[in-house]
Amino acid sequence: MTATLEAPLNAHTVTELDALESESIFVFREVAAEFERPVVLFSGGKDSIVMLHLARKAFAPAGVPFTLLHVDTGHNFPEVLAYRDNVVEQLGLRLEVASVEDYIADGRLRERSDGTRNQLQTVPLLDAINQHRFDAVFGGGRRDEERARAKERIFSLRDEFGQWDPRNQRPELWSLYNGKHKPGEHVRVFPLSNWTELDVWNYIAREEIPLPSIYYAHERDVFERDGMLLAVGPYSQPRDGETVAPRTVRYRTVGDMSCTGAVSSDATTAAEVVVEVAASTITERGATRADDRASEAAMEDRKREGYF
Amino acid sequence: MSSPLNRQLLRLATAGSVDDGKSTLVGRLLHDCKAILADQIAHVKTVSEARGGDFDFALLTDGLRAEREQGITIDVAYRYFATDKRSFILADCPGHVQYTRNTVTGASTADVVIILVDARHGVLEQTRRHLAVAGLLRVPHVVLAVNKIDLVDYDESVYTGIAKEVGQLADQLGIADLKTIPVSALVGDNIVTRSENTAWYDGPALLEVLENANGRTDISGRALRFPVQYVIRPQTDDEYRDYRGYSGTVASGTVSVGDDVIVLPAGRRTTVSGIDRAVVSATATAVAERPSAVAGEAVTVRLADNLDVARGSVIVAADSSPGTRRELSATVAWLSERPLTVGARLLIKHTTTTAQAIVTKIAGVLDLDTLGVIDAAGLDLNDIGKVQLKIAAPLAADPYSSNNITGSFLLIDAHDGWTLAAGMIDDEEGELL
Repeated sequence: MTATLEAPLNAHTVTELDALESESIFVFREVAAEFERPVVLFSGGKDSIVMLHLARKAFAPAGVPFTLLHVDTGHNFPEVLAYRDNVVEQLGLRLEVASVEDYIADGRLRERSDGTRNQLQTVPLLDAINQHRFDAVFGGGRRDEERARAKERIFSLRDEFGQWDPRNQRPELWSLYNGKHKPGEHVRVFPLSNWTELDVWNYIAREEIPLPSIYYAHERDVFERDGMLLAVGPYSQPRDGETVAPRTVRYRTVGDMSCTGAVSSDATTAAEVVVEVAASTITERGATRADDRASEAAMEDRKREGYF
Repeated sequence: MSSPLNRQLLRLATAGSVDDGKSTLVGRLLHDCKAILADQIAHVKTVSEARGGDFDFALLTDGLRAEREQGITIDVAYRYFATDKRSFILADCPGHVQYTRNTVTGASTADVVIILVDARHGVLEQTRRHLAVAGLLRVPHVVLAVNKIDLVDYDESVYTGIAKEVGQLADQLGIADLKTIPVSALVGDNIVTRSENTAWYDGPALLEVLENANGRTDISGRALRFPVQYVIRPQTDDEYRDYRGYSGTVASGTVSVGDDVIVLPAGRRTTVSGIDRAVVSATATAVAERPSAVAGEAVTVRLADNLDVARGSVIVAADSSPGTRRELSATVAWLSERPLTVGARLLIKHTTTTAQAIVTKIAGVLDLDTLGVIDAAGLDLNDIGKVQLKIAAPLAADPYSSNNITGSFLLIDAHDGWTLAAGMIDDEEGELL
């Protein structure tokens, strides 16, 4: 006891990353204690990877008491799928997959005219939530990402149709998160709400969290469309007038491969990405997500229908 | 160099009335701190031009379709920006009276509340309400920004008059730290740097105040309170086979190995035998011991004796236990359209305990004109009132004035789960208002 009392009380002030980490861990523990069937949305993207890392910290030395759910567009980066499967195996986790491809194959969903599938994820997601009776669904969404997300609660109620009503949200006070819901309703939980893109990268660097290789600089055949660099692949081919060239790029986000853009980069480590992100003049989604540019309120409309 | 690794986080909330330039102030702060990037500016420009107007800062923060269509802010929006010294989380709270609940929400976690007043209009009912909320929620620092000072020709007497009136209100409301600043969000006067246009003002610019304010989490010197969230029992076949830890976030004070503690509500004494933090790698999940943890840190505590400890238990310093109570006198901000009446049966959520509660008395409601408490039969939306509650389980509660975590609670509708009220437990002598 004497040894610890001698240390001045402010010897370790709680820094930004520590405060964010503690807040997220608190959220995970609240959900584990108050819900019956929580699930973590896990895409193999950096935000879901950080989310899983925090969940592991929240319950160590015990394992994560949640199932994982991946809503698979079928337009995946192979490196990301391999990463997902590897994590599930190494940590002995349970993974459910809701496949957009299956829905298209049997006619429950139709391919969009532009061929992109991010927006098609809503129905398989809501069906999986109903089928497994998940009552708390962790998402990696951050408020700094997008205007509609800036209005999200950390515990965000969804009605039995999975809808979000941004005009009628519960007030969220102190750290008293209210998870009460009626049968059929569920709560989306966003433990990374208060993290910025830069916080996430600083944390990945500090904690030495492994990521899929596409987050770091690599050479890839790309073509330019709408000011974004798109990879040549099975789901995205250059149109007339678009020229393909090898470039050194990395991804700031990973989603549907056909509409997720890469950025020019030489950053090969998390620390180098931190420097790049800090100097970036364009937001993460602005640089890399064609679907978010669709309209002034594209994300709000999708979220109202039950999207992530 | 400063970075999230060594920088501290400060939580802000803004409050203002309609059209007093709050969105412009927030836009200005974000813009001048370079938290707005090229694609966001391009977006606002496109939308502003499509509507045939000038660059509208409000479009940076008003994210919902209805907000853009009606030109108003509906819900709390959270913004993030940083300077070399600090990083900030800003809760941008709408000003309309019907959205006062959002101001309460923002203020509940804020280290600093910035209240805007239009220099031309002076102190309005909404200003008094926002000051009352800031005082009630014991926000450590309140900044009054007297905005649009350019529109009164930088007249010192206008500023001084408002500053004096608000100073008196702040005294009445028990606001500990009030700073008043003349600003023009549109022109940029006294936002980031001190302005030559207000030579008669010798105080700091807004950003200077924000960079130097102490956070609410500076309560490590207070008595230990550790609400248990979740019991960790791996029950695996390895070195952790017999591990039993109580996870939670230190609400106040410091917890150290060897501390004498009491576990409430049972009231049993024991000693802290270990404090663990997680250490995880790609394949391994383990814990490492540490000598102590301070307020705000999420850890797992082990105890020397095998007691009945579960979610809802609170581990407290043995020499300053709050004890438990089943009756509370509290001040509540009523956040629902459904009125509160005596005899109502509700749920109370206090730290990690949720229990049934009955409202046994409504002792009065705050009158914003006099800042006194007047009789009331019930509470309506946005009312701030005094109530007494009888609770079905013993709560390890402190007065809100000494602990904003063990002193606060929610009242919840047992039928549909709606959050009805934010509650703050009164001092033992009675008066919080």
